[in-house]
Amino acid sequence: MSAGQEQRTIRCLVAKVGLDGHDRGAHVIARAFRDAGFEVIYSGLHRAPEEIVQAAVQEDVDVLGISILSGAHNTLVPTVIEGLKEYGAFEDTLVIVGGIVPDEDREDLMAAGVAEVFGPGTPMQDTIDFVRDNVPHR
Amino acid sequence: MSEADAEEPELVADVLDGDHRALARTISKIEDRAPGYRDIVSALHTHTGDAEVIGVTGSPGAGKSTLVDKLAKTYRDRGLTVGVIAVDPSSPYTGGAVLGDRIRMASNVGDMDVFFRSMSARGQLGGLSTATADAVKALDAFGKDRIVVETVGAGQNEVDVVRTADSVVVLVQPGSGDDVQMLKAGILEIGDVFVVNKADMDGAATTVSDLREMLHMRDGTTAGAGHHGAGTTADGSDGDEDEGWDPRIVETVATEGEGVAALIDALDAHYDHLRSTGELDRRARTRTAEEIRRLLRSDAADLLEEEIDRHGGMATLVDEVRARETDPYTVVDRLLDPLADCVRERRERDDPAE
Repeated sequence: MSAGQEQRTIRCLVAKVGLDGHDRGAHVIARAFRDAGFEVIYSGLHRAPEEIVQAAVQEDVDVLGISILSGAHNTLVPTVIEGLKEYGAFEDTLVIVGGIVPDEDREDLMAAGVAEVFGPGTPMQDTIDFVRDNVPHR
Repeated sequence: MSEADAEEPELVADVLDGDHRALARTISKIEDRAPGYRDIVSALHTHTGDAEVIGVTGSPGAGKSTLVDKLAKTYRDRGLTVGVIAVDPSSPYTGGAVLGDRIRMASNVGDMDVFFRSMSARGQLGGLSTATADAVKALDAFGKDRIVVETVGAGQNEVDVVRTADSVVVLVQPGSGDDVQMLKAGILEIGDVFVVNKADMDGAATTVSDLREMLHMRDGTTAGAGHHGAGTTADGSDGDEDEGWDPRIVETVATEGEGVAALIDALDAHYDHLRSTGELDRRARTRTAEEIRRLLRSDAADLLEEEIDRHGGMATLVDEVRARETDPYTVVDRLLDPLADCVRERRERDDPAE
C-alpha cells in the first residue's frame, strides 16, 4: 500500500469538443486509462473549448486528451490551448489528440502545442506508454 | 523538501488572492500528500471558517450531480460563490477511476466562480475524509461562500466524508423501496434534509410518506400512542442532542430545477437552527477533535511502519509468527515497547512533579 507513495496518480481529462456526437472512442480510452491506474475525468459530449479549459484548470490534470472526429480540430484545439495558456496551465499539461486527423494537419497541431496525435488503430498500450513517458514533472 | 519550501508561501498567497490555478494545484498537493502539503493546509487554516459546508449523499443514480449543479446555479444567481467537491470511488485493483460527475455540471459553464473538483477515494480507507476535509479548507480559505461535498452513499467511508459538512442532504429515489430499507441501517441517521428527487416519477408520494414514517421512528417519539406502553418510552426520548431539529423532506425534479429553492430554504433553516442552538459550534468542536485524533492515528501508524521496517519488514515478522517462533502479541510488544518507554521518559522529564 505504502509502496506506491512515490508514484503520483496521473490525472487525465478526456474531452469531447464541438459538435461531433460519437464518444465510443472516448469511452474506450477513458476505460483503458482507468485500468492503467489513471484518474480519468470525462467531459461528456458537445463541450465548448472554454468548458474544457475550465475543467482542465480546476481539475489540475496532467493530461488533456481531446477526441475529435468532426474535422474541426484546426480551430477547436488551438482555442483550447490558448485558454490553457491564459490560466498558466499549458506548460504542465500534456495535450494529446485522438480521432480522425488528416496527416497534413498533424504538424499544425503539433506546432500549436499538441504533444502527439493518435489516429485510428493506435494500440491502446502505445497511448498509455506515451502518457507515462511524457507526463510533465511538477 | 527545500524545493517545496520555496513554493509554499507563494502558493498560499496565490490561493488567498483568488488564483484558480493555485487553488487547483493546492488541492492536488493535498490529494497527493505531496511534500509540504501539511504546511500549506496549516497556513490556510487561519483563513477558514466562513463557508457553509453542505454534504450531499445518496445511492448511485439518485441524481446527486444534477441536483448539485442546480444548487450551485441557484446560489450563484443569488450572488454567492460555490465550491464543489465530488467524490467517486476508485478501483481497488488498479487505483484508477473514472470521475464522471462533471458531465452533469452544465448549468455553470464558463463560470469560474463555481469551482468544481473531482476526487477519488484512491483506495485509502479513512484517508479520504482527511483529504476531503483539507480540500474543503482550501476552498473555504479561497473565499467560497458555499461548499458542497458530494459522495455516493455506499459505506462508512462516505459517511465519514459527509460528516465534514454542517448540513447533510440525503437523496432518495422514488420507487426504490429496497434503497429505503437500506437507508434504515445506514445514512438515515445522518440526514438533516431528505430530498426525494425525480418527484415527477410514479411512487414519489409513497416514498415521501415512507420516509416521513421512518424519520418519525428515528426520533423515537410520537407514533407510540397505541403501543404497549412500557418498552417504548425507555429509549429515544432522552438522548435528544439535536435540540429538536426535525429533518425536513423536500421534493425536487433536479433536471428541471424544481424544488431547488425549497431545498435551499430547508438548508438555511437548518443552518439557522445550528447557529441558534449552539449546535454549530458543538459540531465544529467534535469535528476538530476527530480530525486531531485521525491525524494522530495516521502519524502514529507511519511511525510504527518505520519500526516494522527496522525489524526486517512485515514479511519477516509474519514468517516468525507462522513458524511459531513467536506470536502477534509478542511482536506488537517488541515494536511498541521502545516507543512507550520513550514517551514515558519524556513525560517524566517534562513533568518531574508527577
